Amino acid sequence: MIPMPRLSLDLPAIEVTDLQKRYGQIEAVAGLTMTVGRGEVFGFLGPNGAGKTTTVKLLLGLARPTGGSGKILGAPLGDLGARRKVGYLPELFRYQPWLKAREVLTLHGELMGMPRSRRGKAADEALGIVGLADRAGDLVGRFSKGMQQRLGLGVALLGEPALVVLDEPTSALDPVGRVDVRGIVRGAAARGAAVFLNSHLLSEVEQVCDRVAIIDHGRVVASGELDDVLGQAETLIRLTGLSESDLPAIERFGPPTLEGDLLAIRPMDAENVPELVAQLVSMGAKISEVRSGRSSLEQRFLELVARDRPPAGTPSAPRLR
Amino acid sequence: MLAITRLTIGEAARRRVLWVLVILAAIAVSLTAWGVSSLIAAARDHGVTDLEIKFAVSQILIFIAFMFGFVLVMTAAFFGSPAIATELENGIAQAMLARPLPRASYLLGRWFGLAIVIVGYAAVSGFLAIGVVGLVSGYVPPDPILPVAYLAGQALVLLSLTVLLSTRLPPIAGGAIAVVAYGLAWMAGVLGKIGLALGTTSLVTASDASRFLLPTDALWQGVVYGLEPSFVINAGEGEFVARTSPFFAATGPAPAIVAWSVIWVVLILALAVTQLRRREL
Repeated sequence: MIPMPRLSLDLPAIEVTDLQKRYGQIEAVAGLTMTVGRGEVFGFLGPNGAGKTTTVKLLLGLARPTGGSGKILGAPLGDLGARRKVGYLPELFRYQPWLKAREVLTLHGELMGMPRSRRGKAADEALGIVGLADRAGDLVGRFSKGMQQRLGLGVALLGEPALVVLDEPTSALDPVGRVDVRGIVRGAAARGAAVFLNSHLLSEVEQVCDRVAIIDHGRVVASGELDDVLGQAETLIRLTGLSESDLPAIERFGPPTLEGDLLAIRPMDAENVPELVAQLVSMGAKISEVRSGRSSLEQRFLELVARDRPPAGTPSAPRLR
Repeated sequence: MLAITRLTIGEAARRRVLWVLVILAAIAVSLTAWGVSSLIAAARDHGVTDLEIKFAVSQILIFIAFMFGFVLVMTAAFFGSPAIATELENGIAQAMLARPLPRASYLLGRWFGLAIVIVGYAAVSGFLAIGVVGLVSGYVPPDPILPVAYLAGQALVLLSLTVLLSTRLPPIAGGAIAVVAYGLAWMAGVLGKIGLALGTTSLVTASDASRFLLPTDALWQGVVYGLEPSFVINAGEGEFVARTSPFFAATGPAPAIVAWSVIWVVLILALAVTQLRRREL
């Protein structure tokens, strides 16, 4: 009998310190440190080969770390008891094609130690959440890839786990399905589950995650709340008639820099843009373009992971998934 | 582990494997009954004695057992070689092993499920064939359980080997290695018998070593011995040709080699569990 894990709401859902995984000469994960709290949707981003799926496998005990340590729901990585409260949708989702959808879920209910009396109800609930209630009696082998991914999401959400690990959960879904998944992820977080979302779909992550970590070459290159990672808002103004000596006069809006005809103030509150424009005009500047806002996650992602890579099209250039 | 065992048997049923095996067994038993009854009728027309018919029927049973044993071993190899490898390749295993399911329970559950299907197939086909031949000819081996048990034992040895290989090798590679190993072990057994009859120690030693590494041939001797009537054993014991034949056994396998076969299966499964535990998924 596998003992129940010590589950406490005070303990983080995931806590890893200096986690490392090496395959021969290849360092897949190189000193990863991160914490994911309860009820949090955590986005885990990175280009192909960055170590995302390896990290997921380390968290779930499917692979063993070569260094560092970590805990899942307060138990050491690989602890069987803790896995009772973890739901997982693998990147390569595949379920027994000879089983019916409901049978896959009851099987996983049995594997996670759920009492027999609860399995059917839990399976029906999970099928309802992922929109497969009317396909419960169909063979999985007859499902489309998108439906199989929905089923996998149902398997991951079965029995209201305390931690849901989703590895590319929308890779096979159409736009409607992707919107559904955002709602499902938010719903899981609302009932207190931590969601670890491994994805390369940046807009998806931007819309649903509370915090993100961007990894590259097995290391975290940026992490924190979305606002922290994306940086503060900035204002860019294309103009003429302004010189370096004029800059102190506009420093109250934020630290200005002037490169050629481009004035950048970073950070700067977007609400102050009209006042800044008025002052620049009064100083004799001729303005041709004003842009205000902050980087998208995609821009920030590219800044962080693409700066040391050869340009696309060269033989060794990595391609974003 | 029980969940995986049930799942494996369910897979065999849903994928119509069980039905195919039942139909094949029915066809084989029907053909055996028809063939044996035709032969007996023809023999009686030619004035062949009952003792000679009994001898002929026992030899036919041994040849049927040889063919069926080969089919059973191939079935075990076909079942065992993809048992773990395919589910690891396609990701079905990873989804289950992320649950609180020890890898040993997963592997042993798969083995038990397949073993139940194979032993069931061996028992149904074996006893049906012996029973039908008994009805048609009047000859029933002295202890019909023994040859069927040894046939099933051979298949379980091959199943264990292929499951072990399945933890590391692709299905085709594992299956091919196991079938070739089985063939080599059988040939080593034949050469060992010749070596024993000729007094060639090196051949006997090589054959014993082969039985130690893969004990299927020793179990085959049990099948042959269990199907022979006592007068065939007594008559063949002093005959050089009989003693060198893979279809004659003067004695059953020694208890030590039977015990070793059981230990061999346990050791191979333990090794398979260790290999799967070490494997990065």
